[in-house]
Amino acid sequence: MYDLSNGGICCVLVLLIHQKRALWVTKLVPIKGSLSVSKLNSNILIVKNRRAALDLSQKVRVLCWVMTQPQHLKSRTQHIRATWGKRCNIVLYMSSEASDFPTVGLNVLEGRSQLYWKTIRAFQHIHMHHLDDADWFLKADDDTFVVLENLRYGLSKHNTEEPLYFGRRFTPFVAQGYMSGGAGYVLSKEALRRFVKGFADGLCTHNTEIEDIGLGKCMETMKVQLGDSRDVLGRQTFHPYPPNNYLPRQLPRPRPWYLLYEHYHPVEGPGCCSDLAISFHYIDAVQMHTLEYYTYHLRPYGYKYRFNPGERSENRNNN
Amino acid sequence: MMSEGSSFMKGMILGGIFCLVMSFFETFNSGTHSEGHEHLHHHLKPVSKDELEKLSESQMSDWTLQVRVYCLIMVTPKLLVHWATANDTWSKHCDKSVFYTSESSKALEAVDLQEQDEWARLRKAIKHAYENAGDLRWFFVARPTTFAIIENLKYLVLDKDPSQPFYIGHTEKSGELDYVEYDSGIVLSYEAMRRLIGMFKDEDRCPERGHALWKTPEEKQLATCLKYSGVFAENGEDAQGKGLFNKKSVSSLISDNMGQNPADAVEACCSDMAITFAGMSPSQMQVLMYGVYRLRPYGHDFHDSLTFLPPKDSDND
Repeated sequence: MYDLSNGGICCVLVLLIHQKRALWVTKLVPIKGSLSVSKLNSNILIVKNRRAALDLSQKVRVLCWVMTQPQHLKSRTQHIRATWGKRCNIVLYMSSEASDFPTVGLNVLEGRSQLYWKTIRAFQHIHMHHLDDADWFLKADDDTFVVLENLRYGLSKHNTEEPLYFGRRFTPFVAQGYMSGGAGYVLSKEALRRFVKGFADGLCTHNTEIEDIGLGKCMETMKVQLGDSRDVLGRQTFHPYPPNNYLPRQLPRPRPWYLLYEHYHPVEGPGCCSDLAISFHYIDAVQMHTLEYYTYHLRPYGYKYRFNPGERSENRNNN
Repeated sequence: MMSEGSSFMKGMILGGIFCLVMSFFETFNSGTHSEGHEHLHHHLKPVSKDELEKLSESQMSDWTLQVRVYCLIMVTPKLLVHWATANDTWSKHCDKSVFYTSESSKALEAVDLQEQDEWARLRKAIKHAYENAGDLRWFFVARPTTFAIIENLKYLVLDKDPSQPFYIGHTEKSGELDYVEYDSGIVLSYEAMRRLIGMFKDEDRCPERGHALWKTPEEKQLATCLKYSGVFAENGEDAQGKGLFNKKSVSSLISDNMGQNPADAVEACCSDMAITFAGMSPSQMQVLMYGVYRLRPYGHDFHDSLTFLPPKDSDND
């Protein structure tokens, strides 16, 4: 009897172990060469090397000011604060009133007619309180999406002590041209000094309600030069409209209305826009997060980008 | 001595019979698991970064070759603009992409299946693809209203053996049936295709034209035929469990997640390694193409273990 039960137990054990092994084998993903898959986390595709971007943020300090108003804080500005605002070295949300957002109160009224006053007061405020805190000074609207890393990269080759300003160059109304307000524009330190000095000395005045034209006129008066913000392939980086205005392919056609002011010959379709785009405008809350997702999150694993500025061969068809 | 031995043997045999009975009982209860069901997981994740880093260069290049994809894009002339957009965008990243149409269009090239019934068309396309696969071992079926990031699909199936049955996508349940949602794309391994085509011959369990009054959508018919051949739907997700196959557009998903805390909209929405989105307009797909393959912040470098080169003769990626 003893042997019988021994034999029985032995057999049961053997069979149970066999069953268990079968279960283990099925948990492993069967592939050639039988490599077991680690069940641990660490599939997060961490950015391994952000050195380049980090170095730039220390070398090329950008102060961003966002033109906004109390009614927009919830519908627009909070989405900037949640996305690109934090990438500025300093970000200031400029409004008619101070608040806990936090916003800076500019002591102006609200409304389209007050936009140039806002710009003037904003730059005066920045000149008074932050001139040494940054190297470059960006103005954006509360529906502009900005990629700070690409802005810094573009600015890195330029000297902030020179009177320069960058953005999307428009032709009419100002002889030397001016930069689109919606697409965002950025002033060098010297340009900021001259803008403020222009108003202090009465050389620049509030001569229009349209802030980008007004500022452009003052830049011309104060002999500030317009920079070329296009990438090495001639593609635009600042965009006064959303990406779907530019990217879809078009048959050759006369300029649509939103490209009428362009200084440089506009390109429609994929050649419109640099890979290292700096801004898009008329971006609502959902689009703001969508662009954030496209720029900073969604990516094709292992993909070798065609455009690699800074690498030896900048040739597009280098495969 | 002999009598002890024979007792032992009797014990062995009894125990053996006992165990056999128990295991039969078990398989009877499990029901859905038939023979050929090698893997138990219904959530399919990519290989971990750590594992990838341990692999040799030759294993890497083996896997890069093994993971090539044949895309079957099921079009109709009604979807001409989406068809053209898929042709101009994501399909260029498939190793081979073939458009299968219900009827031909003068504007675009496709394999004309001359078939109005969607399920019959899908069957024909699958047979054609299998016969023309060459040495490609992974198949991706989609409509042109879907946008797919093929590199991320490759990343998901990188360490999976295509000579095993795989049927992957965004899974849904219909009664007892787990099926992969069509709109977010369907991934099939070579073995799954082979079994499926074998099943096509079975007019009872996998009929070409049903006789019911109502039509079962082809995604469920597909799941049924696959299930009978021992192939089960698996949900493709990233390491955090986020679905990689989406049947909605990016804006839709972001909008859905904006409610509670807008600051987390992106985090909650979608995986960084998402594979598909659906329900996007052609111009939104052009923007997505730019967003995936071009737009990025300077200085953020990823040292991925694999390299996928851009396709030839393409200017929008």
